[in-house]
Amino acid sequence: MSLPFLITAIVTLFAAAAAMSLRNLVHCALSFVIVFAGLAAMYLQLGAQFVGFAQILVYVGAVAILIVFAILLTRSGETPNQAVIAPGWFYGIAVSAVVFTMLGWSVLNSKTLPKEISAAPETSVKNIGDVLMNKYVLPLEVIGLLLTAAMIGAVIIALKESSKTEKSGK
Amino acid sequence: MTPLQICLLISALLFAIGFAGAVTRRHAILALVGIELMLNAANLNFIAFWRYGAHPEALTGVLFVIFSIAIAAAEAAVGLALVIAIYRHYKTSNLDEVKELKG
Repeated sequence: MSLPFLITAIVTLFAAAAAMSLRNLVHCALSFVIVFAGLAAMYLQLGAQFVGFAQILVYVGAVAILIVFAILLTRSGETPNQAVIAPGWFYGIAVSAVVFTMLGWSVLNSKTLPKEISAAPETSVKNIGDVLMNKYVLPLEVIGLLLTAAMIGAVIIALKESSKTEKSGK
Repeated sequence: MTPLQICLLISALLFAIGFAGAVTRRHAILALVGIELMLNAANLNFIAFWRYGAHPEALTGVLFVIFSIAIAAAEAAVGLALVIAIYRHYKTSNLDEVKELKG
């Protein structure tokens, strides 16, 4: 494993920890952007160019902006005065530590993981487009439908509540 | 440790961090962010298995991640719309204070 990959991984993990532990929500959103950019860099180093750029486009470009807008619209940009962590935080941390221990133990002791490193696969965007248009064309259409439905649903949910008397009158 | 194991450990740690944040933080937006982190950890697993697995020419891992990113985008849009709607209704986005089902 190359040194740049490890450095990227460490930066990503620290940014993830910061995103989950900082008090100010705007700082959390900024460290969230660092996490996504770091993950995109890791995808690029693993040879998945298309996924890396899609990650930058979707997460850094769209989801981060959505989160910033949600922070703006819920007026939670200032640092809160009361506690930011729920009362039962100890159990949450303990459960996540147990999850990590179990996953790490099983990864390190697994006998089914391939031992030898295969050569870097040759993939181009042309191949991905080919597969996407032939073998996976039905999932692609379903995803398109799902995204449309989710967009319409998000707009309807976030619409201002219309006057309730009008609704109950009908 | 093989590179695959290093990737899997990184994504397990990312998953644990996201889980801890989603469970312990009080703000609704940060709970959503934690869920996004867990989804991204799963995506990193897919890419790692695709890169170091048996048949990388099949492109299954890459395509699964592409679809997963699309689902995550839809989930983020609907989730944040729900957070905004809840803020309008309850005048708070603290998850501990939203405990009534009555409208």
